[in-house]
Amino acid sequence: MYLRPSMVEEALAALAEGGPTTILAGGTDYYPARVGRPLTEDILDITAIAALRGIGERDGALRIGAAVRWTEIAEAALPPSLRCLQLAAREIGGRQIQNAGTLAGNLCNASPAADGVPCLLALDAEVELASARGTRRLPVAEFVRGNRRTARRPDELMTAIIVPRCAEAARSTFLKLGARRYLVISIVMVAALIEAAPDGAIAAARIAVGACSAAAQRLPLLEAVLRGRRLASGIGCLVAAEHLGELAPIDDVRGTAAYRREAARRLVARALDELAAEAAA
Amino acid sequence: MSATEPRIAFTLNGADTTVTAAPIRRLAAVLREECGLTGTKIGCDAGDCGACTVLVDGAQLCACLVPVGQVAGRRITTIEGLAADPRYDALRQSFHRHGAAQCGICTPGMLMAAADLLARAPRPDAAMTADALGGVLCRCTGYRKIIDAVLDVAGAEAPPLPAAGEAVGARMPKVDGLAKLDGTERYGADEGPAEALWLKAIRSPHAAARFTLGDLRALRAKYPGLVRILTAADIPGKNSFGIYPDIKDQPVLAEGVVRFRGEAVLALVGDAETIAAIGEEEVPIAWHIEAPVIGVAAALRSGAPALHAAHPDNVLIKGRVLSGDVEAALASAAAVVTGEFSTAFVEHAYIEPEAGYARRVGDRIEIFACTQTPYMDRDEVARIMGLSPEQVRIIPSAVGGGFGGKLDLSLQPLIATAAWLTGRPVRCIYTRPESMMSTTKRHPAHIKARIAADAEGRLLAVDFHADFNTGAYASWGPTVANRVPVHASGPYRVAAVRAETRAVYTNETPAGAFRGFGVPQTVIATETLLDELAEKLDLDPLELRHRNALRVGDRTATGQVLQASAGLAACLDALRPRWREARAAAAAANAGATGPLRRGVGLAAMWYGIGNTSMSNPSTMRVGIDRVGRITLYSGAVDIGQGSNTILSQICADALGVPVAAIRLVTGDTDRTPDAGKTSASRQTFISGAAAKVAGEALRRQVLERAGAGPAARLLVESGRIFVEESGERHALDFSDLPVSNESGDVLSATGRFDPPTTALDADGQGVPYATYAFAAQMAEIEVDTGLGTVRLRRIVAAHDVGRAVNPREVEGQIHGGIAQGIGLALMEEYLPGRTENLHDYLVPTFGDVPPIECLLIEDPEPLGPYGAKGIGEPALIPTAPAILNAIYHATGVRLRRVPATPDRMRAALREAGYD
Ligand SMILES: Cc1cc2nc3c(=O)[nH]c(=O)nc-3n(C[C@H](O)[C@H](O)[C@H](O)COP(=O)(O)OP(=O)(O)OC[C@H]3O[C@@H](n4cnc5c(N)ncnc54)[C@H](O)[C@@H]3O)c2cc1C
Ligand code: FES
Ligand code: FES
Repeated sequence: MYLRPSMVEEALAALAEGGPTTILAGGTDYYPARVGRPLTEDILDITAIAALRGIGERDGALRIGAAVRWTEIAEAALPPSLRCLQLAAREIGGRQIQNAGTLAGNLCNASPAADGVPCLLALDAEVELASARGTRRLPVAEFVRGNRRTARRPDELMTAIIVPRCAEAARSTFLKLGARRYLVISIVMVAALIEAAPDGAIAAARIAVGACSAAAQRLPLLEAVLRGRRLASGIGCLVAAEHLGELAPIDDVRGTAAYRREAARRLVARALDELAAEAAA
Repeated sequence: MSATEPRIAFTLNGADTTVTAAPIRRLAAVLREECGLTGTKIGCDAGDCGACTVLVDGAQLCACLVPVGQVAGRRITTIEGLAADPRYDALRQSFHRHGAAQCGICTPGMLMAAADLLARAPRPDAAMTADALGGVLCRCTGYRKIIDAVLDVAGAEAPPLPAAGEAVGARMPKVDGLAKLDGTERYGADEGPAEALWLKAIRSPHAAARFTLGDLRALRAKYPGLVRILTAADIPGKNSFGIYPDIKDQPVLAEGVVRFRGEAVLALVGDAETIAAIGEEEVPIAWHIEAPVIGVAAALRSGAPALHAAHPDNVLIKGRVLSGDVEAALASAAAVVTGEFSTAFVEHAYIEPEAGYARRVGDRIEIFACTQTPYMDRDEVARIMGLSPEQVRIIPSAVGGGFGGKLDLSLQPLIATAAWLTGRPVRCIYTRPESMMSTTKRHPAHIKARIAADAEGRLLAVDFHADFNTGAYASWGPTVANRVPVHASGPYRVAAVRAETRAVYTNETPAGAFRGFGVPQTVIATETLLDELAEKLDLDPLELRHRNALRVGDRTATGQVLQASAGLAACLDALRPRWREARAAAAAANAGATGPLRRGVGLAAMWYGIGNTSMSNPSTMRVGIDRVGRITLYSGAVDIGQGSNTILSQICADALGVPVAAIRLVTGDTDRTPDAGKTSASRQTFISGAAAKVAGEALRRQVLERAGAGPAARLLVESGRIFVEESGERHALDFSDLPVSNESGDVLSATGRFDPPTTALDADGQGVPYATYAFAAQMAEIEVDTGLGTVRLRRIVAAHDVGRAVNPREVEGQIHGGIAQGIGLALMEEYLPGRTENLHDYLVPTFGDVPPIECLLIEDPEPLGPYGAKGIGEPALIPTAPAILNAIYHATGVRLRRVPATPDRMRAALREAGYD
């Protein structure tokens, strides 16, 4: 079965029937997992649902529809706090992947190396999950549970990602470490968001690291250390190994655990230095 | 197609189109199979290569990731649509003019991505171009000429093709280039009779195991479309193959035992839908898993299980070169450097997976498939089929990249056997993981070497021991074991040499031929040690090499006295000003550096014997003229993108004395072309080129004789007719009264044959292994991020003595592509069975990983070569990796002895060296 509804309700009804339905958006995670294998699942294709398209404001928050592609995110006019997500969008695969893949798919696929997740953690974003039973919202940190594990119930559809409005002064960045320039899965990636007062005092810092644990994580210890400090040159030096204690990187073909841990610390420091340099400019 | 499948309507290249297909089917498959548009290529089916890029509503997408159900009502443009659209003529012409397509398999994807870019930004810069095309991989070109082509889209048209006598040395575009730009080139997957059955091999998931096949009746009952299940018992002739006449150690289908993960166990043959529907887990195979022998050390351990009874110690073969007294030289040396090095399995990663079809024609079998060696395929398939070689016809498809990986049989014996037994044509296309797990790799090497010099830096001794992991089957292992010792002392005069190699069996992927046959691994050891030696002696690395460079009249370690064409010193001379400037600039940058970035400049040199080692490896070329005066070159040399069709046409045209445009080509069909030998060992320009020259000259003599003209007369070709012009008089030649002399319809015909003069090597490796050698030196400028261990290339300068650049643009293309593969070897490529069996996890350089490259072509002519030419295919790659490693040392003082130098390995070494 291949269902391609135009209304959310149709999609939810199909999911409510309880069959083992696979939701399909950009297909950029779906197809690579099935090379040389028969394509036999029942499919719910959500790309024709108008309500899932577009980026807009609602109730003071930014709402990114579940069918929004990476290219749209990269090219949209968004507040500077979302720069981390836009930078990540430009580094997903290559242009073809950015033209097809969705941020929602990136979240639902829940790879430890999903570039979107640390950005959304730094942005304190939530996901909206809808089912015939109703709609609920979950913080991204609660939604992504682990390697390929999410809190999505089988009858739920992710309908949007909701990014709360940040202070005007918030700035963010994203750094990705890979072993080649394009088409590369991150060895480590970091999203950092800092909200600083005009005098440079850090009001809020939200920093997340990906590919160093089953799911990307915030660094609460570091964030606490940064609060109240001045966002100025040399701030990266504050990042210490113990701030990354919660991370649990593994050895794989892309790098050793020890390397990941060290690189994560470095990238976090560089991300902070970059934000400081920008603030000074 | 089943009754429940819906009709899906869209606009395809401007025309309303409706297909009946399951909406989940990949658009790429539907375009190729239902719409007949095979210009869209499939390299991975996983979004990793971009070969399938098409435009959907003007935006580039990987057609292998788009469900056809999603394109309903949308506008699709494929390469065929682009080719028919005059707005893109300039783009294709620019690709043609710049040599931006080599094998051409990536080219449709590149052009589509470029079209997407140009619609958004008519005048892009290099960075925008890389960003836009970065999702398409190319394994041949090194990307630089593609960037040039996109930037020069509004540039001037190509100059006219060279006139008579001016083809050699001309930067002319490929004679067969246009078909690569409009989607019409026919690769292995692009043809197959409609009534063909499909074949899918079932392969071992285990590295070492015994197996028994279960009852296959249930499978047959469940799938009526399953026409045949091939097992080892079905092979009509000998169920074994191998490159060497005396080493046929690899079965077509395993007989109860498998020796590597990916080995074929049986093959399913049936209609397309059935074959696609059968899950591998449905095939009943009972496995008895055994402990695999992984790595050379394990294989050599006493008591290690023997992979093959004939080799109880797992040593397939040993090679050596011995000259002079190495121990005495080491003892007397002013400086000795020592090191131990290791390299990984490297995958060819051509973008075209193996593909083709076979059909039975009476008592003959015909195979259309991608290959680098049609004649060897013919003889090998004949042996497997129990047929005579004449009963086998090999029709090579266009080849979407080879690099040595398509020198071994892959699917040919399977499809041939299936077609023979069923009486129906049989097709097969390997999936990307299947291609990667089952076909050959570059040999991992473990090398120990010592190099000694006197106080002036004269090389006294090279002591070199290398073990090569040849995997489960011999393939080209003996070639590597024999070629490496000859090259171990490098392009230098060395008084005493002891070079010993072993090829060792393991339960890993068979290692075979890959651009350089072990020499790229060898120079990673020797050329980095030379740098250490220079430092010990306080000499400049370039000057050390220059001092020792082999020159004409010198004696090599095999006792061969070089008679001509030894251009290493000239290569180094050409590099010297750039070297000094770059070294100084890097040092200055580092002196002022406060952050983590350090710059470095490194150099490496190489030599490379052209053609097979100490073996007859002739080529025969034929050229003929038919009744109406058309000239045809019959070339059995397979052009795998490196440009032999163009080079041979240029040579033959000048030998005949006609414009190159007058030469038509018939290529690589074992029924129609004479044997040109394999496309390997950088031999086609030198050997087939020499044969083409002889053939062209012989035909010229026949023509002039017939015209009663002297040798200085000019031949003119005008509106398809041939004229002879002598002392101001011209008359048309008429061939219509001549009897047809061969089955091709030619009335005049000449063949040329060339076999490079070599001798066998004695037990100490003494003799003349090659008739000529290419020389080169490359310089890499890099930047290391010492905090993260990443390496960024800034520039490469490559000086290559090619004897004569028959087509400088093609030579540059080979250099660029070789360098890109050298970058991969140095920094990122490592094939791990079961772990990096796709182009997602196995990383090859992308658009952003290959820096600007400057080529310096040195022409020290080789008298045996056609117009002085030697070879370039493999030499291009060889010096790159050690040049990068030496640059890393220059930047950081860190020596890496294991490649690839991945960021984590780099960083570990940097940390050990005290970098924070
Ligand atoms: C060549 C290549 C390069 C890549 N590079 C990167 C990279 O650099 N960084 C990175 O992070 N990722 C990368 N990816 C992975 C992939 O592109 C991203 O994860 C992408 O965002 C997935 O989105 P999609 O719409 O294509 O997902 P799909 O493949 O359509 O779906 C992915 C999963 O999410 C589920 N799903 C999708 N939408 C919903 C929804 N609305 N509600 C519930 N479930 C849903 C699907 O059922 C499926 O399980 C790459 C992939 C490829 C092929
Ligand atoms: S075939 Fe589609 S990206 Fe490789
Ligand atoms: S020309 Fe690009 S892959 Fe061959």
